[in-house]
Amino acid sequence: MSGMNNQGRPTAAGEASSGSFETYTGNKGLRLEEPLIFELDNPGATGVDLDEPEGYEPKLGAFEREARIGLPGMSEPDVMRHYVRLSRKNYSIDAGLYPLGSCTMKHNPRLNEKMARLPGFADVHPLQPQKTVQGALELMDTLAHWLKELTGMPAVAMSPKAGAHGELCGMMAIRAALVARGEGDKRTRILVPESAHGTNPATAALLQYKVDAIPATADGRVDLAAFKAKLGPDVAAIMLTNPNTCGLFERDIIEIADAVHEAGAYFYCDGANFNAIVGRVRPGDLGVDAMHINLHKTFSTPHGGGGPGAGPVVLSEALAPFAPLPYVVHGADGFRLVETEGEAKADGSHPFGRMVAFHGQMGMFVRAMAYMMSHGSDGLKQVAEDAVLNANYVLASLKDYLSAPFEGPCMHEALFDDRFLKGTGVETLDFAKAMIDEGYHPMTMYFPLVVHGALLIEPTETESKHTLDQFIGTLKHLAQAAKGNDKSRFTGAPHFAPRHRLDETLAARNPVLRWQAETPKQAAE
Amino acid sequence: MRYLPLTQADRREMLGVIGAKSVDDLFRDVPERARRDGFVDLPRRQGELEVERALTKMAAKNVSADSVPFFIGGGAYRHHVPSVVDHLIQRSEFLTSYTPYQPEITQGTLQYLFEFQTQVALLTGMDVANASMYDGSTACAEAVLMAHRVTKRKKAVLSGTLHPHYRAVVENLCEAGGDPVEALAPALPGKTEDIIARIADDTSCVVVQTPSYFGELIDLRAIADAAHAKGALLIAVVPEIVSLGLVTPPGEMGADIVVGEGQSIGNGLNFGGPYVGLFATRTKYVRQMPGRLCGQTVDAEGKRGFVLTLSTREQHIRREKATSNICTNSGLCALAFTIHLSLLGEDGFKRLARINHANAVKLGSALSGVAGVELLNDAFFNEFTIRLPKSATAVVDALADKGVLGGLPASRLIPGNATLDNLLIVASTEINTDQDRADFVAALKEVL
Repeated sequence: MSGMNNQGRPTAAGEASSGSFETYTGNKGLRLEEPLIFELDNPGATGVDLDEPEGYEPKLGAFEREARIGLPGMSEPDVMRHYVRLSRKNYSIDAGLYPLGSCTMKHNPRLNEKMARLPGFADVHPLQPQKTVQGALELMDTLAHWLKELTGMPAVAMSPKAGAHGELCGMMAIRAALVARGEGDKRTRILVPESAHGTNPATAALLQYKVDAIPATADGRVDLAAFKAKLGPDVAAIMLTNPNTCGLFERDIIEIADAVHEAGAYFYCDGANFNAIVGRVRPGDLGVDAMHINLHKTFSTPHGGGGPGAGPVVLSEALAPFAPLPYVVHGADGFRLVETEGEAKADGSHPFGRMVAFHGQMGMFVRAMAYMMSHGSDGLKQVAEDAVLNANYVLASLKDYLSAPFEGPCMHEALFDDRFLKGTGVETLDFAKAMIDEGYHPMTMYFPLVVHGALLIEPTETESKHTLDQFIGTLKHLAQAAKGNDKSRFTGAPHFAPRHRLDETLAARNPVLRWQAETPKQAAE
Repeated sequence: MRYLPLTQADRREMLGVIGAKSVDDLFRDVPERARRDGFVDLPRRQGELEVERALTKMAAKNVSADSVPFFIGGGAYRHHVPSVVDHLIQRSEFLTSYTPYQPEITQGTLQYLFEFQTQVALLTGMDVANASMYDGSTACAEAVLMAHRVTKRKKAVLSGTLHPHYRAVVENLCEAGGDPVEALAPALPGKTEDIIARIADDTSCVVVQTPSYFGELIDLRAIADAAHAKGALLIAVVPEIVSLGLVTPPGEMGADIVVGEGQSIGNGLNFGGPYVGLFATRTKYVRQMPGRLCGQTVDAEGKRGFVLTLSTREQHIRREKATSNICTNSGLCALAFTIHLSLLGEDGFKRLARINHANAVKLGSALSGVAGVELLNDAFFNEFTIRLPKSATAVVDALADKGVLGGLPASRLIPGNATLDNLLIVASTEINTDQDRADFVAALKEVL
């Protein structure tokens, strides 16, 4: 007989309960409520041990800060617990499928994190003498080589901080090339397909270009005839995403590029969807003049809850001389960072300017480099193939249950519309929120705009068939539930998340953008 | 390959479901002549061990800041980051989450962004802050464009002691929109810059950095008054955010927009990035702000929660009419900032600032004791400028050979200005010991 549990502790499962009562704490088991740090203020507590400095005469002049800042005091264990509890309110790729179309939420290898934290990369100042940072410059140069090889482009600007920043950089290079040709004022129009990411027209507008939308065909691609009709001597460039935001490869892309070049304009390619073709198709072979690469998509650097990203831009022969400062060159005496216009002129190039202080997202460069070296050229090709295979598997498995606006094959993402929800009273948003109750992050909703109530699913190559089968089964089940008049399950969703649906209208109408100590009540009325 | 879960059997079975003969079938929309099969010029796959070996070797070619007496600033500062910070930001739920577009399952991210916005507003003495920008330089350029929108004017006036890279980024973005920029020549520390005289009726904003490129603390009050009298905005740039633990915040000196580099709190040097841009302003301008904003609201049960808000300013809604083309921010760096500042708290943050100032004062007096060396600043925080009897570039180079990273030659970022050739900009933070200072002074004596 066991010595354990000899005092009558019950071991049976107990009664089932709906759990629909309020707890004293507001917590529900592992679902924990957490106040703001300002509400946890414990004056006098601290999470650091610093000695008061002595033996100096302040040299601040008349600039001493007198008033209290208002920062809360917290010990290390309190800080640790606060942020651990916050973290548990988040969905993450490490915890489950994250099928956001156009975002490429793939596995983030931890080797990358380890390499980025080597003191030789992480603890190096951007303005150290160049002879003390030869390894860092070598890494930038090596990564640049890989990016150029994989895209078939002769040059790359490394400094842009994110995809949209890369777009801006690429478009600035195009503008600089037009100005150098004496056509800067003449070419004022940018052609952008209706299905484009919002950053494309926003970038063009930032550069004072007129945005002219190109319509799509019934099969989800650029309408070639309409596009050609819009070309003219006032067109500066086309901004085209390929594969496009419907997850489709633009079959006419070479013809489009040729027509653009014939008209004296340039071809900007939004490289957000490079994951679909990396190792299989080189944008340089398609006639692209500039394309940004989101290292945080294709090359697995973590999204970090919305950044930091990195958006190097590959450039064609025509645009390469206009690449911004700084850039790395490899000479007889090692690697050299060209930082100033004077040095660049001596090299025979004409940088259009500078996108950012210092040299770009080094931390992301190291991570992307570790990822590329791990995969190698053969592995990267497999990345694209598996990403496309997974998306097509989802499309083929769901097209009879949801509604797909376009014929396959798709590339790395599968697009559905809301026709399958017609008459159910369930909207795309409700359907997406119901996925949360099933333990999934929803797909991208209502984008691209060319499809009504769009649902854009990008599984990526790092999901197993087993995971996809369960996901497909879930969506089939939800589609049937929606058609089966189970409406409140959807319109009230999510039911099981840390929060129910949040009132975004209230947030916008009455913006509360920071914590404020509550105003003390008036003592006398 | 270790990151790819599909087996050959899986692939065959899935192709069967799709009804495709091979993977090539799925790429049939790609024009024939653009199809490729791998790249001969790149190496093949490698295991963790091999990658680690190769990159460690590359990293070892750099002189890391922890291995030498280190005194470089110039817009990026080496501070000690508590261990908790890196542990927490590597939690899967933070590291591998996307932008919080589904607020019900990203309250963790949204709440820390709300805390971050509050902290930045408090530090700068402003009403509201956004959820971060790429870095200080891009925040500065976006602030200028915002001032253009607010004032409906087009011309920015830049102080000559604005960080030269920030100036270049502002000029680049303004030039893109065809907007004129007037940048003053750099005034040395101790010399007054007459920026007020440059403010005219068509000036949209005046951009002044404090501490300046040369480390000098700048009085913003008179500049703010003069700008406001002409209907222009004052944009204050704070490159070293730790200074605000000790120095009057720009918000109390009349700034309309405060931008800064937040790298000093929670984030390493990283050879220049990723960093975290800070952006704060007055409530009345909030709808003209660029970047993401997190706001408080309630859920269907009336419980407090947070969402991204005022997104009608942003590109994914407004497209070509957006306030900016920015999409990504610097989320994880903002988290590091927020955690580190939570650990510091009111008392710790102020004490950290005092330690920085004390170390810089001690270093300034030690260096100016070396024959031929002159300290130029009147008022500074943790960075100052000294005049050497010879080229600062040559001195820094010689110091590096002696194992000391001894500051930034002013001419590195402003080449071709002979008056700057002998100026060295030196920073000292809490990381520096008495021994570091002694080593610096000894090495400097040897190379002069």
